Amino acid sequence: MSLRVYDLAHSRTGDKGDTANISVICYREEDWEFLQRELTTERVMKAFGHVAGGPVRRYELRNLKAFNFVIENALGGGVTVSLAQDIHGKSLCNVMLGIELPDRGPTDA
Amino acid sequence: MKGRTVRIGSGAGTSDDRMTPALELAQRGKIDYLVFECLAERTVARENLARSKDPERGYSPSLHERLRMVLPVCTDKRIRIVTNMGAANPIGGARAARREARELGLGDLPVAVLLGDDVSEIVRSRPGLTLLENGEPLESLLPRLVSANAYLGADAICEALATGAPIVLTGRVADPSLFLAPMIHEFGWSYDDLPKIAQGTAAGHLLECTASVSGGCFGWPGKKEVSDLARLGYPFADVTADGSVTISKTPGSGGRVDVMTCTEQQIYEIHDPTNYITPDCVLDITEIRFTQETEDRVRVEGARARPRTDMYKVTVGYTDGYIGEGEVSYGGIDAVARAKWAADVVKERLRLRGFTYEDFRVDLIGISSLHGDTGDRPEPYEVRLRMAGRTPDRRAAHALGFEVRAMHLNGPGGAGGACEPRVRDVLAVKSLLLPRALVKTQVVVEGTP
Repeated sequence: MSLRVYDLAHSRTGDKGDTANISVICYREEDWEFLQRELTTERVMKAFGHVAGGPVRRYELRNLKAFNFVIENALGGGVTVSLAQDIHGKSLCNVMLGIELPDRGPTDA
Repeated sequence: MKGRTVRIGSGAGTSDDRMTPALELAQRGKIDYLVFECLAERTVARENLARSKDPERGYSPSLHERLRMVLPVCTDKRIRIVTNMGAANPIGGARAARREARELGLGDLPVAVLLGDDVSEIVRSRPGLTLLENGEPLESLLPRLVSANAYLGADAICEALATGAPIVLTGRVADPSLFLAPMIHEFGWSYDDLPKIAQGTAAGHLLECTASVSGGCFGWPGKKEVSDLARLGYPFADVTADGSVTISKTPGSGGRVDVMTCTEQQIYEIHDPTNYITPDCVLDITEIRFTQETEDRVRVEGARARPRTDMYKVTVGYTDGYIGEGEVSYGGIDAVARAKWAADVVKERLRLRGFTYEDFRVDLIGISSLHGDTGDRPEPYEVRLRMAGRTPDRRAAHALGFEVRAMHLNGPGGAGGACEPRVRDVLAVKSLLLPRALVKTQVVVEGTP
């Protein structure tokens, strides 16, 4: 099976209005730079394209070996008006964890 | 005084939060303060509607059960309670709290009430205020406005703490401010002392969702183990005058407090991590360090902040029609095909009856209800059709669930388990900024302090 974000990091979703923020937190310090290179906003938006309008912004939290992805137009207009079952988008971090990553070269492993 | 530690516990992180962990925290946690955070974005709007029907109501309905549970032990151990359960009627909430105390035989318990977050009159006279979400003037919402509340900060809560009352009851305040206020009150921190305000705000953010920092919303079998999740304990912070913070949880409870749980909660609901705006400061979490001191005990260091802005964030609540919902299940051979057929039939019947919707949604629970439809997911053995629509017409909202339920007799074969048609009032929220100078806060003590 190919490498997924799930194999390298854990994640939680937060909500504010129609915007979801999804953290990606490395289990191991040494994976942060690989994710910095490969878990681009383009790759993330591709995975969320059928759920969220975007755009997506990525913030780096090197000290916490983490990233914060902020995805706009992601919650059906916002918690208070959304027709979704999961109005807060709490489960969206699982889309993030399922994103497949390219194989790492021997120097990254 | 430098060595003195104040321990602040978190007893609720939403109005629907669990009850008994707060009691266990009060009984066994050796806490000085117990904070209940019970107001989601639209809760004040909802409680304003409740108050408009009955002037005695409008505070958090969970106030009775929560206070009945913890007041005896909090009174006995002199634990002060700080909570936003006042919602849209803090004075009414204070009277209810005092009635609970009397009925428990605890006598005449004074309650300090913070007023001033309700800025509906102020914003009504300023229709040109700009809504942050869409840049439009507030004016368009005014006919449907049900509430406008400023997120007050720790300074205002401190005025209520200064009365000495064992219970402090507020309406809308920023969540971290509920926790920062006891720190400022105990240690006399100045707003110019930004490293301390930053540490206190970061601690408040870690605590404000209770179990979310102590092993809730976290576990994953085989990957992220959480021991004794059923008896998950709620967290507290130990804070000293120099701004040092450690996070832990009720001794002997389930759950876990470690660097992983703290990191998840610290980033939760934050956008730009260098720019988290609260009424007390602009927090920067990018230099924060978490260190595991002992089991279930994490040191928090390195929070930074810039000075608070001169604006309050205000949430305005307004009515925005109705949401109607219906669900019905299909199982076995061709379950998905029958569910999709049913959805088409319901849509056509609603159209034939002349109903229209501003927004409409079809979910196949088991395939596409949480993460949208990628078109390539395997078909499950059974599927639950869910349809939802938003409309200004209450009859149209009801018709949706009615037509879904009718799939029992009037749809494709083998439908089962439809729910009753559901209709709920939509209370939408938007935000704006209001200059601090326009907002006047006031503390009123119910009873004799």
